[in-house]
Amino acid sequence: MSSVANSSSASSLPDYRAQSPAVAARFARLRERPVVLELEHLGRRFVGDSGPVEALRDISFRVHRREFVCVIGPSGCGKSTLIRMLAGLDEPSSGRVLLDGRPVSGPGPDRGMVFQGYTLFPWLTVLKNVLFGLQMQGRSGASAEAEARQWLELVGLAKFADHYPNQLSGGMRQRVAIARALAPNPRVLLMDEPFGALDAQTRAQMQTHLLEIWRNVDVTILFITHDLDEAILLADRILVLKAHPGEIHEVIEVPVPRPRSFAQQQSPEFQATRRRLDELIHPAAAAPAEPLPIIRLTQAGDDVE
Amino acid sequence: MSRWRPFRSELPPGRRRLLGIAAFLLPLLVWSLFSYVPWLWHPMIKVTEPAGVTWLRVDQLVPREDFAKLVEERRAADLAIPEGKRANPIFFQPPHAVARALYTAFTTKPVLRGDKWLHESLATSIKTIFWGFTISSLIGVPLGILCGAFASASRLTEPFVDFVRYMPAPAFGALMVAIFGIHLEPKIAIIVIGTFFQQVLVVANTVRRVDAGLLEAAATLGAKRRHLVLRVLLPASLPDLYNDLRILLGWAWTYLVVAEVVGVSSGITFFINQQAKYRNFDNVYAAIILIGIIGFTTDQVLGWLGRRLFAWKNPRPSRFRAFFGRLFAGREVLLFPDRPHRPAGGL
Repeated sequence: MSSVANSSSASSLPDYRAQSPAVAARFARLRERPVVLELEHLGRRFVGDSGPVEALRDISFRVHRREFVCVIGPSGCGKSTLIRMLAGLDEPSSGRVLLDGRPVSGPGPDRGMVFQGYTLFPWLTVLKNVLFGLQMQGRSGASAEAEARQWLELVGLAKFADHYPNQLSGGMRQRVAIARALAPNPRVLLMDEPFGALDAQTRAQMQTHLLEIWRNVDVTILFITHDLDEAILLADRILVLKAHPGEIHEVIEVPVPRPRSFAQQQSPEFQATRRRLDELIHPAAAAPAEPLPIIRLTQAGDDVE
Repeated sequence: MSRWRPFRSELPPGRRRLLGIAAFLLPLLVWSLFSYVPWLWHPMIKVTEPAGVTWLRVDQLVPREDFAKLVEERRAADLAIPEGKRANPIFFQPPHAVARALYTAFTTKPVLRGDKWLHESLATSIKTIFWGFTISSLIGVPLGILCGAFASASRLTEPFVDFVRYMPAPAFGALMVAIFGIHLEPKIAIIVIGTFFQQVLVVANTVRRVDAGLLEAAATLGAKRRHLVLRVLLPASLPDLYNDLRILLGWAWTYLVVAEVVGVSSGITFFINQQAKYRNFDNVYAAIILIGIIGFTTDQVLGWLGRRLFAWKNPRPSRFRAFFGRLFAGREVLLFPDRPHRPAGGL
């Protein structure tokens, strides 16, 4: 890593790579776990209006069992393309995706996905939405329904089993979407900015919820976000992408100890990681945007700042 | 509330109903004014006293200018002056006459032996529409869904369908008579031709409009092609398909009149033509209004039914659902004793 420019201004903050013994031990254990998802030299080219565009180039990365990985990057870095290829909704132009060592092609119930927009089936009740994935596996009857109800209980929406999606708030809909994606017991849960459309308060609640679900369910999570704080709060490791073409910029092991809470946002580890992410996502050179050519339209002396 | 935005705003329910009634009362008012206010229009004179004019008869309708000229001539010749009052032409019937005809048309015996009672004519028309629309839908809806779901089906079907769509259905009239004879069959065939090709395109478009996100979500849940069509595309587009069919049924009615003059004239069109021949224009109006009433009522009933069938589209509580809720309420408690009580809205 070339630019670790944190010596002058941030002298009080520790290095974001410094880990307490407990955190370091946790990462060591994590690395021992089997690899669930492997990305091998993944690339994706689109044919745009002005010739081919390289959205992603040579992405290689391994995700271990029950790891929580966040992917962040500036807009246009191909985050969504990446997760869509993992889900099988998009075909890579080069490289491949391995799930438990087997290459994946096409979407499947072993990789659950929670989308940014609301994609619950509006004609089905909440319970039947969750049941959908189980039915696709040929399951039906009381046992499947009982299982679906359990998933609803896990996301705290058992009471709303018979409601239709458009009777729920945005946060509740995404909780149902999580329950629906988890019901077929996927190996990996792919989440494409799932809380992006929610207000700040709901979003914070959802983050807490998600961590709790992850603690209690045997699932590996790959979570896309553009919210730096969200990434640090949730992730074991953060995959930072850069744009044009989308390449891996850096993989950060988050030094903030678990269990996580919002109180940790003021901790030096959190702040150091946050500073590093800022450097990567918003490089200082590009920062000073050109001032807008605005003519003064107020009277002299009538200043607001 | 929405004074700042006079367009696209929802009206309060009372006002909605009021305006809906006014929508029918206003045309009726205009009709009444022209019928009952003697100095509005009334371009004829209805003779009350021929006064010896050989070609005049009591109750004969004469254009006002002709009558005025006649009066002038008689006055100049110092002869008796005929009298009359202003009237409308025979083809313009006042509301009360049409209202009376709406009743008497059902009770009046047909003039000729071959003629039909009004209700028989109506039944024939409804039968023609029903079979035409049913046959068209049985083929058109599944084909449209296939076209909406699969690009290859769409490319194989739609260009040709689009081409035939521009051929007016009545143009096939003579051909259909040659193929199907002169009775109900060619009429049904014309309605099928008029409806089917539009139907395929409309249904395909509706199915194509289904949010791709729903299909992707279903695919990540393990849905295969068959499930994607039957469990996602179909239910997702069903309310819109239902409305499409409502609109297409209206189109089928417009083809009815042309279809019914093909071969042996039949149904409501035959009734209208016969009554016009006898110059019973009140009956003609009554029959036309009846077509409107049947079409409008059918559509309103289907619309009402649709709102209840697809309750997930509008979650506001409906009396229909509340009724069934109450009907099965006791049973539900017995079947699922441990089911948590549903909280009432407020989300």
